[in-house]
Amino acid sequence: MNFQGYPRQNGTVGIRNHVLVFPTVICSSEVARMISQAVPGTVYVAHPHGCGHLGVEKEHIIRTMGGFCSNPNIAAVLLVGNGCELISTEVLAEELKKNRQRFEIVNVQDEGGTTGAVEKGKSLAEHLKYEAQEAKRISCGISELIIGVKCGGSDTLSGLTANPAVGYTADLVVSHGGTVLISEVPEMLGAEHVLARRARNRDTADRILQITSTMEKKILETGVDIRGTEPSPGNIEGGLSTLEEKSLGAILKGGSTPVQQVVQYAERPSEKGLVIMDGPALDAVVNTGMVAAGAQIIVFTTGRGTPLGSPVAPVIKVSSNTQLYQKMKDNIDINAGGIVDGSGNLVSVGEKIFHEILEVASGKLTRSEILGHSEFAIHNIGPAV
Amino acid sequence: MSAAILTNTKDNVATATMRLNKDDIISLKAGDHEISVRVMQEIPSGHKLAIRNIRKGEAVIKYGEIIGLATCEIHQGEHVHVHNIEGLRGRGDKK
Repeated sequence: MNFQGYPRQNGTVGIRNHVLVFPTVICSSEVARMISQAVPGTVYVAHPHGCGHLGVEKEHIIRTMGGFCSNPNIAAVLLVGNGCELISTEVLAEELKKNRQRFEIVNVQDEGGTTGAVEKGKSLAEHLKYEAQEAKRISCGISELIIGVKCGGSDTLSGLTANPAVGYTADLVVSHGGTVLISEVPEMLGAEHVLARRARNRDTADRILQITSTMEKKILETGVDIRGTEPSPGNIEGGLSTLEEKSLGAILKGGSTPVQQVVQYAERPSEKGLVIMDGPALDAVVNTGMVAAGAQIIVFTTGRGTPLGSPVAPVIKVSSNTQLYQKMKDNIDINAGGIVDGSGNLVSVGEKIFHEILEVASGKLTRSEILGHSEFAIHNIGPAV
Repeated sequence: MSAAILTNTKDNVATATMRLNKDDIISLKAGDHEISVRVMQEIPSGHKLAIRNIRKGEAVIKYGEIIGLATCEIHQGEHVHVHNIEGLRGRGDKK
């Protein structure tokens, strides 16, 4: 089974052909927006990062930005810097060179300010856009795909319908040689033993237990009770009682195959199959980390409803219940509610999601793309000043 | 459509897929046999009910795994939620 994708010079395969205008620092965010708006067909993100990061936080932000800009769905990047920031265009250019990603650079201070930078940026972005149009879709194997799986705004049906259906899809992707990325470590607490049992070897099992215990300790060290947010008030209203219950339902979306590897937030997997990415649970932060790790598509389950998308990766939204599907039709691509209504089952919905992945990979737009959702957020780990 | 779902034969709670009313009799598929439970109080859709008596301090099982402990005696057919079970993980209130 194949899809029509864009082969990249670095050996990866994109499913979209974006030209991204990316500010390396908040100071050049508006300039990046002005450039992108002047060149229709380009995408841009705004973010509050790029300066004041120290030590591990600095490495983490560079890895995330570098990975994000190198996602295979991006044909080329225009890096927009200010000129005196920590994460300068030169710093990110080094990352993009390592990943053999096509890019150009413009710095506000070098161009005499906003007007000059926008003029130069426009012409560079136009050029990258014409160049990107040379790329043609060809038939590619599922082994080229990294599919991120994520849940947000869960209800108790999430763990009974949408998550296990996506788990069935995840097993299909893995059986065809592809990669499935699962994260949200706070939502593995209480279910880590299930994942560790499925680790391909002792090291991987230890690593799973290590990232979950580190996450739990970090939360407890701050003196807070995680139950203030996990399960969230909306989760509890929906019927989820404990963190363990939420976690056991959440990990179902990873399917049942062995865990092949554990990677850092925004780190590209070197193994195929099911991979766990370390990191928090906040939806936009997880999506951004998965895209930075190379995910071309995110399959996102929701019980309460969330409109979230990504600037460069299609997000396939799966509702856990039919009421939500009817209420937020604009935002939902596939309804898994039929599993309890009796109009479907895990296998039929799981296969439907799998076929949707192939269609979306070949160019079909998802609801989040049609609506223009482009949320972007990086996990802050500190120290930052 | 089934009024409630059992995710694993080891489970002692089931999840309602619709609002259940007091004295409803629901039947659940547990592997290859069926069990029936009389609902003791209203259960909102998506919430859990006990499918057998659960003692205080006993593990509450869903997905075949422990989701928490009962904080009081829970009778078959009763609502199981934050008022009568508690999780064990990430508890900032316990040293």
